[in-house]
Amino acid sequence: MTTPTIVLVGHGMVGQRFLEALADRGVTGRARIVVLCEEPRPAYDRVQLTSYFSGRTPDDLSMVEAGFMEKHGIELYVGDPAETIDREARTVTARSGRVLAYDTLVLATGSYPFVPPVPGKDARGCFVYRTIEDLLAIEEYARTATTGAVVGGGLLGLEAAGALKGLGLDTHVVEFAPRLMPVQVDEGGGAALLRTIEKMGLTVHTGTGTQEVVTADGAVSGMKLSDGSELATDMVVFSAGVRPRDQLARDCGLDVGERGGIAVDELCRTSDPAVFAIGECALASDGRVYGLVAPGYEMAQTAAAAIAGEGAGDGFTGADMSTKLKLLGVDVASFGDAHGTAGDCLDVVYSDSRSGVYKKLVVSADGVLLGGVLVGDAEQYGLLRPLTGTVPPVSPEQLVLPAGAGAPVALGPSALPDDAVICSCHNVTKHAIGQCESLAEVKKCTKAGTGCGSCVKVIEKLLPAPTDEGLCGCFSYTRSELYEIARTLRLTSFAALLDSHGREEARGGEGCEVCKPTVGSILASLNNGYILDGEQASLQDTNDHFLANMQRNGSYSVVPRIPGGEITPDKLIVIGEVARDFGLYTKITGGQRIDLFGARVDQLPSIWTRLVDAGFESGHAYGKALRTVKSCVGQTWCRYGVQDSVRMAIRLELRYRGLRAPHKLKSAVSGCARECAEAQSKDFGIIATANGWNLYVGGNGGATPRHADLLAQDLSDAELVRLIDRFLMFYIRTADRLERTSTWLERLEGGLDHLRDVVVHDSLGLCDELEALMAAHVAGYRDEWAETLDDPERLRRFVSFVNAPGAPDPSVRFVPERDQIKPDLTILTIGTLEGATSR
Amino acid sequence: MTTMTTTTTLELSPSPGSWVAVCEEARLIPGRGVAALLPDGRQAAVFRDRSGRTYAIDNRDPFTGAQVLSRGLVGSAGGRAFVASPLLKQRFDLETGRCLDDDEVAVAVYPVRSI
Repeated sequence: MTTPTIVLVGHGMVGQRFLEALADRGVTGRARIVVLCEEPRPAYDRVQLTSYFSGRTPDDLSMVEAGFMEKHGIELYVGDPAETIDREARTVTARSGRVLAYDTLVLATGSYPFVPPVPGKDARGCFVYRTIEDLLAIEEYARTATTGAVVGGGLLGLEAAGALKGLGLDTHVVEFAPRLMPVQVDEGGGAALLRTIEKMGLTVHTGTGTQEVVTADGAVSGMKLSDGSELATDMVVFSAGVRPRDQLARDCGLDVGERGGIAVDELCRTSDPAVFAIGECALASDGRVYGLVAPGYEMAQTAAAAIAGEGAGDGFTGADMSTKLKLLGVDVASFGDAHGTAGDCLDVVYSDSRSGVYKKLVVSADGVLLGGVLVGDAEQYGLLRPLTGTVPPVSPEQLVLPAGAGAPVALGPSALPDDAVICSCHNVTKHAIGQCESLAEVKKCTKAGTGCGSCVKVIEKLLPAPTDEGLCGCFSYTRSELYEIARTLRLTSFAALLDSHGREEARGGEGCEVCKPTVGSILASLNNGYILDGEQASLQDTNDHFLANMQRNGSYSVVPRIPGGEITPDKLIVIGEVARDFGLYTKITGGQRIDLFGARVDQLPSIWTRLVDAGFESGHAYGKALRTVKSCVGQTWCRYGVQDSVRMAIRLELRYRGLRAPHKLKSAVSGCARECAEAQSKDFGIIATANGWNLYVGGNGGATPRHADLLAQDLSDAELVRLIDRFLMFYIRTADRLERTSTWLERLEGGLDHLRDVVVHDSLGLCDELEALMAAHVAGYRDEWAETLDDPERLRRFVSFVNAPGAPDPSVRFVPERDQIKPDLTILTIGTLEGATSR
Repeated sequence: MTTMTTTTTLELSPSPGSWVAVCEEARLIPGRGVAALLPDGRQAAVFRDRSGRTYAIDNRDPFTGAQVLSRGLVGSAGGRAFVASPLLKQRFDLETGRCLDDDEVAVAVYPVRSI
C-alpha cells in the first residue's frame, strides 16, 4: 500500500493552522505532506504585521514553532508557488518546475490586495500592504518621503496609516465611504474614531474616492480625488480591500463564485472532492468570503477533520465576524449584529466626544444581546462577545457606562458561563482556560491568546492571582513604586525605606544585592548627591563603589569621558602616557572613547589624578547612568551634514553626564539622514534635518536590537533639550530595575502614543516637575572623581588590603599578548575549593 | 548592644590560637567589606552588618578564582547575613561560608573579635 500524499498550496496563517490540525490528528504520520509557499519565508502572523515597525523582526512574527516541519516530516518549499493544477493527472506544478502528485490537494492561497484601476496606480511610490516584503519596500521608500496617503479607511487601511505615521510621514487617509471602518462600525463609532485619529495629526478624507495618481518622472507626486480636490503626496498605499486568490482554481476548472472565491461545501471541499479550499480564497457554503483569520482557522480544522476521516460534525457553515483591534492606539471592536440588521431591536448608546469613547449595544426586544460596537474603550469586548446571544446578567445600560459612573455592578469574567468562547481565534472556552495555571500554560495548551491577543486580559482575570511582582525578597513594590514612595515621602535613606516599606520579614535587615543598588540609584536620581558618602556608600555595586569597572581577575578598567567622541591631540597623548606609565591595556570602545584595563584598586587614585589634572572627568562607564553621546562629524566637515552634530552631542553629553537611571543610557547625534552615528539604536537618538532635529527614543543594540521610534521632528535646539529632559525623567520615574528604554517603551501602556502624550502634550501635567528634576540634576552635577581625589577620607577605601595599605594584591597579575597585557588567569585557579569547609 | 568606640580594633583568627589585626572597627561601613592580607598570603573579607555584627570569610570567589568577595554587597535573607560576589553574584552566608546558590560550594570562615 502506498502512502497517500497531501499537497498544501499556500503557507499563510491558515495553511499553518491546517498543518497543525493534521498533526494533532496523527495524519502527518500516515501521509506524505508537501507544502508550496510563495513567500520567501514560512507562515507568519499577518495580523500583527504593523508591529514589525515597532521593533518586532520577521522572526518574531513567525507562526511556525522551531522544528515543527522536521518533527512531523513535512516537506516545505518556500519561494516556490504553485503555477498549474492538472486535476486529471492529479498533479501540481510549481514555478521551479517541481511536479507534485497528490491524492488530496488543499488550496490556502489567501487573498490579494485590491488596487482600484485608476491612472498612475503602477507609478513608483505606489504600494500595497499585505506581506513583510511590502512593508520592507514601504519602509525603504519612506526614507526619502515626507507625505504619504493611504487609499482605504477600513481596518487594513488604518493599520497602514499607522505604519506610515510611525515612519514619520505626514499621513492622509482617503475613504470612499462616508465614515472610517464602514464594515465594522456604525456612524457614531466612525465619528468617534475620526475625532481621535485627527487629534493624532492624521488627515482623513471621507466620502471621496481616488480618481488618479498624479506622477512626475514616473514617481508619485500627488492624487486627484473625486471631490475635485488634489492632494500632494510622495507615496500611496492601496488598502482598499482584498480579493480571494482563486486564479489557480479558475485555470483548472473548479467552480468559483460570481464575485470570486473558490466555492466550497460545509467540509471545505471544492467541486472536485479531491480538492479542498480554506481561508480567504474560499467562498463558504453560506455564500461569503471571510477576510478574518478566525473563520480561516475554523475552515482549517474542518478540512483537516474531513481529510482525517473524522465524523463531519457541523462542518463550516459560517462564522462570527467579531473583531477587536488597536488601530493607531485606538481600541475598536465590533461583534455580533453590530449594525442591528435584525428587525425589532434596540440600541443602547454611550458616547463621550471629549474622550473619543463610543459604545453601542444592540439588544432584542426580549433583552438578548445581539451585538455591538466599541470605539475608544474596548475593555469589555472580551466579556460582551461571549455574552452575545444571551440575556446579560446586568442591564445593557450598566454594560456600556464607564466604571464608577453609575455602573454599580462590575461585571467580571466570573459572570461568564463555562461554555463561553473566550478566544474566538482558536475557539477556546472559559472551561478550558480554567484547567490551566498560568497565561503561558494557557497559550501552550489551548493556543488561546495567541491569535489577535484581544482576549489576554480576560484570560488573566480567569487565572489564579498573578505572582508577586515585587522587586526582590525584601520589597513587594516595583522599582517605579519605590521611586514614587521615596519621592513623595521624601525618604533619603535605604534603611528608612526598608524599615517602613519593606516586606514584614525583611524590615530591620540588610536588604540584598538587588534592592540596595536599585534604591541607591533612586536616591541618587532624586537627591543628586555624591553617591559614595554615608549610607549611600553601602548601597552601590562594586563598580560604583570604586568608580571603575571590575574585570574578571578583580582588576579595574578606567574610562575617561570624551564628550561626543571629540578629543584634542594633547588629551589623546595624556591618555596614552597614563596607559603606558601604569602598564594598562587600551582599547577603543563602541561609544567613541578609550577604555584602559588592568588597574589595581590601589592604583585608581593615581591614575585619576593624572587624568583629572589633564582636564578629564569620570565617564560613568561603571554606573547605571549616561554613558556616551556618540556623533558623526556633521556639517562642520561633512559635505552631506545639515546640522552641527558634534556640538549637539557634546552639549547633551555634558547636560546628562552623571544622571543615575534604572539602567545605562546611550545616545548619539547624526548630522544628516545617512545616520553615521547610528542614533536609531540608542536610548535617545537625534538625527539632523534641514529644519532642526528629529528625536528618536527606545532604540537598543545588544542581544535584543530595537530600532528607536520617532518621538518628534524638526525640533529647535531648545525644544530638543526640553523634550529629552522630560523623556529621561519620565523613564527614570516609571521604569523597572534594569529595564532599558526599549523594553520600558514596549511595556508602557499605550506605547509611543502615550509617551508622546505625556512628554510632548503634557497629558499628565507632569512636565514642569520632570524639567525641574532635570534642572536640579544639571545644577548639582559634580565630577565624582575630582571630588573623590579632593577628600582624603574618601580616598581611604582605595587600598587592596585594609591591614597593609601599601601592598599590591598579588593575585592581580598579567601576561603579555599582542604587545599589551591580559589577565593571568592561571594564578586564579590555585587553591580552588581547598579549606572550603564550614566551621 | 554595645556602644562602639573609635579605638576598638577588629581581629581575626586565620588558624586556631593566632589572631591578626584587621583595622579599627569604625573603619568598616555597615553593609560593605574590606580585604585583609593574612600572614600566609591568603586573603580574608571582613564585613559589618547594620546591627554592628562583624564577620570574616575567605576573600576568594570560588566561582571565578578572583579575590573579590570583600567588594560584594551585604544582604540578609531569613535573618541571616550574606555577601553577593561582585562578579557573578553568587551569595555566601557570612556565618557559615556556605554558598546559598550552590550546595556544593562553600568558602572558609574566620572567627573575629573586637578588642
